[in-house]
Amino acid sequence: MMGHPYKFEVEKLDAYFGEKKVLNNINMKIRDKAVTAIIGPSGCGKTTLLRCLNRMHEIIPGARVHGKVLFNGVNIYDDEIDPVTIRRKIGMVFQKPNPFPMMSIYENVAIGLKLNGVRERKKLDSAVERALKMANLWDEVKNDLHRSGASLSGGQQQRLCIARALAVEPEAILMDEPCSALDPIATEKIESLIRNLAEEYAVIIVTHNMQQAARVSDFTAFLYLGELIEYGTTKELFENPKNPLTEKYITGRFG
Amino acid sequence: MKDFREKLRGDYLLFLLTGASASSVFIIIGLIVYKLIEGSWLSIQRFGIGFLIGTEWDPAISQNFGALPLISGTLVTSGIALLIGVPISLGVGLVLSEYMPRQLSFATSFVIELLAAIPSVIYGLWGIFTLAPFLRDNVYPYLQALLGFTPLFSGPIYGGGVLTAGIILAIMIIPTISSISRDVFSAVPNSQREAVISLGATRWETVKIVMSYARSGVIGAVLLGLGRAVGETMAVTMVIGNRFQVFPSSLFDAWYTLAAIIANEFTEATYDLYLSALIEVGLVLFLFTLMINILARIIILRALGPMRGIARE
Amino acid sequence: MRGSEMYHYRMRRLVDGLMRVLVWLALVVALIPLFSILGEVFSKGAPHLNMDVLISPMPTVGEQGGGIGNAIQGTLITIFLASIIGVPLGVLSGIFLSEYGEFKLSSAVRFFNDVLSGFPSIVIGIFSYTIIVTSIGFSVMAAAFALAIIMIPIITRTTEEALKIVPLTVREAALALGISRWKTLIYIVIRGAKRGIATGILLAIARVAGESAPILITMGYWRWWFSGLNKPVANLALNIYLFAVSPFDNWRNLAWLSALTLTAMILMINVVMRIFTKEKYI
Repeated sequence: MMGHPYKFEVEKLDAYFGEKKVLNNINMKIRDKAVTAIIGPSGCGKTTLLRCLNRMHEIIPGARVHGKVLFNGVNIYDDEIDPVTIRRKIGMVFQKPNPFPMMSIYENVAIGLKLNGVRERKKLDSAVERALKMANLWDEVKNDLHRSGASLSGGQQQRLCIARALAVEPEAILMDEPCSALDPIATEKIESLIRNLAEEYAVIIVTHNMQQAARVSDFTAFLYLGELIEYGTTKELFENPKNPLTEKYITGRFG
Repeated sequence: MKDFREKLRGDYLLFLLTGASASSVFIIIGLIVYKLIEGSWLSIQRFGIGFLIGTEWDPAISQNFGALPLISGTLVTSGIALLIGVPISLGVGLVLSEYMPRQLSFATSFVIELLAAIPSVIYGLWGIFTLAPFLRDNVYPYLQALLGFTPLFSGPIYGGGVLTAGIILAIMIIPTISSISRDVFSAVPNSQREAVISLGATRWETVKIVMSYARSGVIGAVLLGLGRAVGETMAVTMVIGNRFQVFPSSLFDAWYTLAAIIANEFTEATYDLYLSALIEVGLVLFLFTLMINILARIIILRALGPMRGIARE
Repeated sequence: MRGSEMYHYRMRRLVDGLMRVLVWLALVVALIPLFSILGEVFSKGAPHLNMDVLISPMPTVGEQGGGIGNAIQGTLITIFLASIIGVPLGVLSGIFLSEYGEFKLSSAVRFFNDVLSGFPSIVIGIFSYTIIVTSIGFSVMAAAFALAIIMIPIITRTTEEALKIVPLTVREAALALGISRWKTLIYIVIRGAKRGIATGILLAIARVAGESAPILITMGYWRWWFSGLNKPVANLALNIYLFAVSPFDNWRNLAWLSALTLTAMILMINVVMRIFTKEKYI
């Protein structure tokens, strides 16, 4: 890829559910090969912002977007852009693990490649192995790849979903509170996985857990009532917040 | 104290009264089974298993009754109905649950369900005067020109017959299958759709995931449609031609079904064995639909049961 | 995108577009018969509609004119008698399922109700024949008995669903006031659900109004007016079957007129029902 300094550039982004405006004039640039956390109280629009980055917001009936999101310098909301090709390049992991229960572990990971026309068994095998290894799941499942994806534990299911997103070799990973349904041990595994992923990808994670943001992210954005209140390096935002609202939030005085 | 006792007595009475009414379904089904067996006893004694494999139906002279051609007629017409009706019904179910905005989908579902409200005999009337002539003039000649080299599509074209009966059955089972499959598609959790959309799936690829998630519910819906087709009487009687023969010469030829022969001959059965044979035809029909329905209900319950909360959100 | 992926992407787009067209086409194909039937029934039935045909009985062979008056009367009487048996049994069963749903018996009742609703109506007709026709002969009683059995599972199901919609808090509020369960049910719960219950009854009536197979088995053809519960009556749906292909013009016209009357009645019930309730019943 050409050397754009930023993976995403969000410009004057507004988002709506029907008549209700949930994001107001968001401007932010997101770096490649780093973890960016989006924090804020529930209902502040952080999930919506995440879903605007891969055009998932618009699949909800009545949902609209105004403004630009540049991905590698190209506006993904351009009329000529097919959202299908955008989503193919940007992986997404959801709040609750959502593996396909009617498919085996192997098929769950391979589905993205199969959609894109990869049929060769060898290619699929190696891609599945690679993705499962990256997701730190390989050692736990390599002997029963043909078991149902639904037979795994919650934490394993979430890592399976991460592997599924990684298998198509995306350029960025979006994670929507990926640990909110998991226990502390599973959470720890996912967090260390996130750090590893940042060596190769732009990782954007939505979380309501400030400790988690502080632990895993390089940059943090604080969102409140649909507005981007503060955005900077995680260290600075937590140690030296410029906006009194941010300070109130991270010191736990509201939210 | 007296007040309390009165209260209990009222509650007890309510339980008893409603419980007894609810239990009547067992009595009804039990009585249906008993009465059908009793009514067909004469025929069962006389023909035994031969009734199911016999190919002669001669009330006038030999007084031999065999139902095999009726069974095959029923299965073939129902099979044609599924062949034509299932893809259309699945398409309708998908449009309603995956392609249409919610409000429009509610309105359209109502219109589709009107199809189920139209009486069978009116389908038959329409079949005789509209569908059969239309097929005879505008569809069957081309079908014959294209596929006439096979015995299935050769021979004279009357308009009515096996294929026409299958087509009218297909139309009649579409509302059943499409409204249940819409329900099972709608009950698929949205997280499944989002998962595959986020991988860069097109609408159709998303729909395929929805279908594979809902497949057992769809099988149940198809079985219910089959149950309806097998038991359908008047519309079939009015278009199939009602001729008892082991095999029709082609799909354009006349044939018979279990239900059609009952409708056609029941009031003309002049002696006990004849009547008993017709009741046994009813018993066979009953057992077919009983099996299909029990299977369908079990599958649908399993498929919808755990997702019911989502289905009616 | 790599070359092979680009080619594959075009194919996927093509398939996606093709399937979109096909599913919408399926909807159109499914709707054509509905509009064709409504159009045919109206255009062939309406020209013969006048006051006279609505109050005259069926003509005899060679007789001109005549009407469907006796068939309308007979259909209404049959439905009324069927309702006398079917409505109380159905509503009470529905109450049982909604109020005592926790009993094992309830799931069995629910299951067999669904199974019963799937039985072919002609089999129900034979059942009624073996019980009633064999004792009192072809009669409106036998027909009503068959139709009642068809009504019961429909009413049971809709009643159960209607009662379930009444919020638990309403029941609890009444029970907390020390009102007994049966009084709560009769005075409060049923009052809240009466629209839903009425809808279910209407739905069942619409369904049996169009039944002809069990009518054929239990009554056969009857040319006259109602003349006693142990005698048959005429029937609109059966008129259609018997006269659709008759050799006389005026008989065929009366078949279409019967179809129009029946369709109008059933459509009306369905539309009224739709306006009455927002909830959907299967």
